[in-house]
Formats: sequence, C-alpha cells, structure tokens
Amino acid sequence: MFVLATAAVLLALLLAVVRAIRGPTVFDRVLAGNTVGTLAILLLASIGFLTGRPEFLDIGLTYGLLNLIGTFAVLKFFRHGDLAYDVDDDKEGKAWK
Amino acid sequence: MEIIADAISWVLIALGSFFLVSGAIGLIRMPDVYTRMHAASVIDTLGAMLLILGLIFQAGFTLLTLKLLFVIALLFFFGPVASHALAQAALHAGIEPILAEDRRAREVPAAQPPEPPGEHKGAPSA
Amino acid sequence: MRSLVLAIALFLFWLALSGHYTPFLLTIGLLCVALTVFVASRMLIVDDEGQPMELLLAAPAYWAWLYVEIAKSAVTVTRIILDPSLPISPTFTRVRASQKTTAGLATYANSITLTPGTITTGVENDILTVHAIIREGADDLEAGGMDKRVRQFEGDA
Repeated sequence: MFVLATAAVLLALLLAVVRAIRGPTVFDRVLAGNTVGTLAILLLASIGFLTGRPEFLDIGLTYGLLNLIGTFAVLKFFRHGDLAYDVDDDKEGKAWK
Repeated sequence: MEIIADAISWVLIALGSFFLVSGAIGLIRMPDVYTRMHAASVIDTLGAMLLILGLIFQAGFTLLTLKLLFVIALLFFFGPVASHALAQAALHAGIEPILAEDRRAREVPAAQPPEPPGEHKGAPSA
Repeated sequence: MRSLVLAIALFLFWLALSGHYTPFLLTIGLLCVALTVFVASRMLIVDDEGQPMELLLAAPAYWAWLYVEIAKSAVTVTRIILDPSLPISPTFTRVRASQKTTAGLATYANSITLTPGTITTGVENDILTVHAIIREGADDLEAGGMDKRVRQFEGDA
C-alpha cells in the first residue's frame, strides 16, 4: 500500500513538473514549484514508511518550512524586483510586468 | 483490530492517492494560473490529509503520529498563506484572469446587525 | 501570561520532535525556548494577533467543521477537473468580513483560501476579494455562511 502511495505521489510530481516546464508565466512555475514541495513532503513520508525508516518525516517537516520561505522569496523577487524593497516604493512598483 | 486499522488505512491512502493524481491532472488541464491554483489546493488539502491520515493509522499511537499531525498543521497553516501571496503577486503583475463573471465592482452589503443572543438561524423558536 | 503559554507550547513542540529525553537535551530545549520567547517579545509579536491563545480552546471544533467543508468542496473541484468538458465559470467577487479581531479576519481569509475552489486575492480593511472557480462558490461566500461560522468561532473564545 505504501507502494501505491509512492507511485501516486510520483505520478503527481511528474505532472507538476510538466506544468513547471510548460507554464507560460512565472507564476505558473512558482505554483508548480510549490506543489512539488508539498508532494515532496508526502513522498518523504511514504518512502519513510516504505523502507521502514520513518525518520524521513523530520526531513519532510524541514523541507516544508524551507519550501514556504523559498516560495515567498521568489514571489517577492518577481513582484518587487528586489528582496529588500521599501514599502513606500510599492505604489509605483509596477515596473515588472 | 490490526486488520481493521489496515483496511481503514488502505482506503484512506487509496483515496488520498486518487485526489493527489486528479489535482495534478487539474494542474495540467486548467486554462490559467488562477484556476490552476484551485486544482493545486486539492492536492494541498484533501489529498495530503487523506494520505497522512492513512499513514497515521499505520503508525499507531507513537511520536510518529504527532509528527504526521505536525505535517498536516504545517500544510494547513502555510498553504493558504503561500496561495494568497501567489494570487496577489500574479494580480499585481497584471496577469488578467479568464473570467466568466466579474463581480469585483459589486456593491458589498453593509455589515448585518448582530443577531440577538440566544437566537440561532434555523432553530425553531419555542 | 501569553509568553508563558507560548513557552509551554514551544517546549511541547520540542519534546514531540526530539524523542530523546536525556537531561542534556532537555536543558538545551529549555534554553532554545527561552531564547525564542525572548526574541519574540523583543519583536513585539507576542500579542493577540501574533499568538491568539484565546482561540485555542474553540479551535478543534472549528477545524472539524472546516475539514468537512474542505472535503465537500475538494470533491466538487475534483469532479470539475475530471469532467471532460471542464465546466468552469471563474468568478471574481467581493465579500464583507464581519470579524472584529485581526486574528479572526486572518482565519476567515485563510479558510476561504484553504477551501478548494475559492482563493482570497486581496484584503482591504474588511472587504475581501475572492476568486472562485465556479459561480456557485462565489454565491456561497456572498451568502455568508462561513463568515458567520468564523464569527461564532471568534465569539466562543
């Protein structure tokens, strides 16, 4: 049954990667990347059970936290063109389109 | 007892796998980034939750269960935050959504006055 | 008081993740918790918005209700995805959030986003902009059932 879970996660991962490659806008790619992160947590969990080494879950938790930060960093970069933007610049910050 | 737990976790994992794959199919099929986010949220919520619940039934009551619950909590607290940031950034970048209907200009009704205490909607008045 | 609750929660978190209970590791854990609480209070985020402990008791009932909502709408979205004709009708709408506290408002906005089929794309004071994948999703939010439930959750606390 863990084989089924792992196979399903891998299939979903494949589709998400296809979207990341094809995605017309950068936001499609970020969305696909975020989904890949979620699926990686699930993959780590089910592989941990599959191989009888549930310690993988700790790696999964860490991965989830890093995934969130990574998504935000990329979004902030594409929204403001800068990771340390000034809030006052936000009004005219539509330089990137 | 063992068999029942196994059966339940089988069903949960199979259902979770189904939702994972169909969410990923939606990620491919949907026409624009906003609708794709709806498909992705099926993966993030129901698919992940069912799969992890299935794993919990396998783990029994150990520290592992707690860690799996933390994984669920992580996904449920941070998933919407990331989705919200993504949608806002996409709108900010001027990506127009495909819309069947745009009600953004609609008048939002004023806040309703709070209901009198002790009276609930749908409850027959005595 | 808030700091104390935060410290207890953080230490329980440490205990659950560590799984090793030697005096050395417990001491390290306590030190980490103390440092975290100190930094958090220096950052002034230990307030009713950053750490809404009043909501803690009412949370399980609300989560149970939310899980059911999520499951229902996830099934709806899955039906749409797997339907060969892809019957989507994306709709943008604005709804009013009637919550009194920022934590309640955040709960409402995140609950909308968490439910498959609806995403909060913007918050302006108490008006939320919501993108729904089908018209019915927008209609449901405009009817305000979830808003009422979140207000009740907030009021219970």
